[in-house]
Amino acid sequence: MKTEVKNGVMWITLNRPEKLNAFDGQMGDDMLESLKEAEKSSEVRCVVVTGEGRAFSVGEDLNANKGAYEGGKPVLLGEVLKRKYNPIVQRIRRMEKPVVASINGVTAGAGLGLALACDLRAASDKATFHEAFIKVGLAPDSGTSFWLTRIVGLAKAMEIGLLGEPVDMTMALNLGLVNWVFPDDRLREEVTKISERLAKGPTRALGLTKRALNRAIVVDMDSALEYETYLQDVAGRTADHAEGVKAFFEKRDAKFNGN
Amino acid sequence: MEYGTIITTRQGWTGTIKLNRPEAMNALNSQMVKELIAALDDFDRDNTIRCVVIAGSERAFSAGADIKEMAGMTAVQMAMTGHFFPLWDRVGRFPKPIVGALSGFVLGGGLELAMSCDVLVASETTQLGQPEIDIGVMPGGGGTQRLTRAIGKYKAMEMILTGRRIAADEAKTLGLVSKVVPREAYLSEALKIAEEIGSKSPVAIRQAKMAVNKALEMGLSNGLDFERELFYLLFASEDKDEGMKAFMEKRKPEFKGK
Repeated sequence: MKTEVKNGVMWITLNRPEKLNAFDGQMGDDMLESLKEAEKSSEVRCVVVTGEGRAFSVGEDLNANKGAYEGGKPVLLGEVLKRKYNPIVQRIRRMEKPVVASINGVTAGAGLGLALACDLRAASDKATFHEAFIKVGLAPDSGTSFWLTRIVGLAKAMEIGLLGEPVDMTMALNLGLVNWVFPDDRLREEVTKISERLAKGPTRALGLTKRALNRAIVVDMDSALEYETYLQDVAGRTADHAEGVKAFFEKRDAKFNGN
Repeated sequence: MEYGTIITTRQGWTGTIKLNRPEAMNALNSQMVKELIAALDDFDRDNTIRCVVIAGSERAFSAGADIKEMAGMTAVQMAMTGHFFPLWDRVGRFPKPIVGALSGFVLGGGLELAMSCDVLVASETTQLGQPEIDIGVMPGGGGTQRLTRAIGKYKAMEMILTGRRIAADEAKTLGLVSKVVPREAYLSEALKIAEEIGSKSPVAIRQAKMAVNKALEMGLSNGLDFERELFYLLFASEDKDEGMKAFMEKRKPEFKGK
């Protein structure tokens, strides 16, 4: 795993290109550590997750468990999820800073879970999504069942989950699974623009927006309305809000400092 | 008054007690117990205080009893000092309503203290549990009795026997907390509820709290008799005259606690 902070953006790059960025235990731990660091550092106001090489990530490293599989011993996948993937998904959803997935290539299994957990997805036109669990006789995990049903609806999610066919980026864009598709050679440049724009934004309000939307997809309208009122009360007291309104009256661009 | 482990403030009708041992996640120790009792005594005597809020910090309401202090105690010492019993007794019989403002860890003695309150507001980060079983003991400050009465036998058993924690939303579903709010708002929401309670007749509030608490202890027909007596008694109060007059005059009542 590589991390780099530039212009307020932490780039987290999954860096096992020879394994298509499959997650071994180490990469899971590194990912969690990097996310923790991004959360704490006031210098970081946006996070980008991407992969080195031709894959974003193909999820769990089946090769790492080859011995166990060949020996006929079941792998305790529930434990793997609890220890590795679920905490990553939870941490991304709870982080009060925007997280962008820069999907550079093949994305499968828990790699798709990671991509879907992010707030925004920009993809290379060469990327493909594989809800591949069914191909190896497994059920969806790492949040993919949750996000697929919410993003594409139950019927399409069933199709993707039960048949496990690859989804190309034309279809992904149509379904709303990605926000943008760019020619492969322009992906990094475009994601840099998007992420640096977010890093200059009113970070508190971005975080509160994330919380409001997170909650809105799991509760009834009345609770969502009530929750919004509390969050708006918080946002209304931030320095960035005061600056935003001042800039509006003065007919200029706001300069947000993240507080 | 100056305390070492808690901070008390007064605002409007509300007296607030903030547990303040941040280095120990507000673990209850004997000094905090003494100071809590003193602060409750103080608010009890003060006629300008009609409702009390007990809060911790955003990170922890209270992570439980101070295990370091407890580890060295013998059974005889526990029995002879009553351990924290004077606090449970004081807070359990406190005549004015107490709103618990919960956030972060509410564990063991922390949850028992919370359950001695009358209304609970929780931040979305709240985690509640009775983990005593994990250190080879069991709840001893009312946990087995109050949790069972609050959420029923089976859920209480699960929590007490496994030591597992529940999150704010689940506690709300179970009826243990009344409201779950963003973490920035849990204290202000608790204060708002306390002020609302403070604006009512202190006499009626006192009797109503007593009647509800008795519902957990009495059979229905005794409870109904008890309630009726308290209800009749309120007709001797000036606040009842004022309340009904204000209602008919379509204005806000001004209760005096008389």
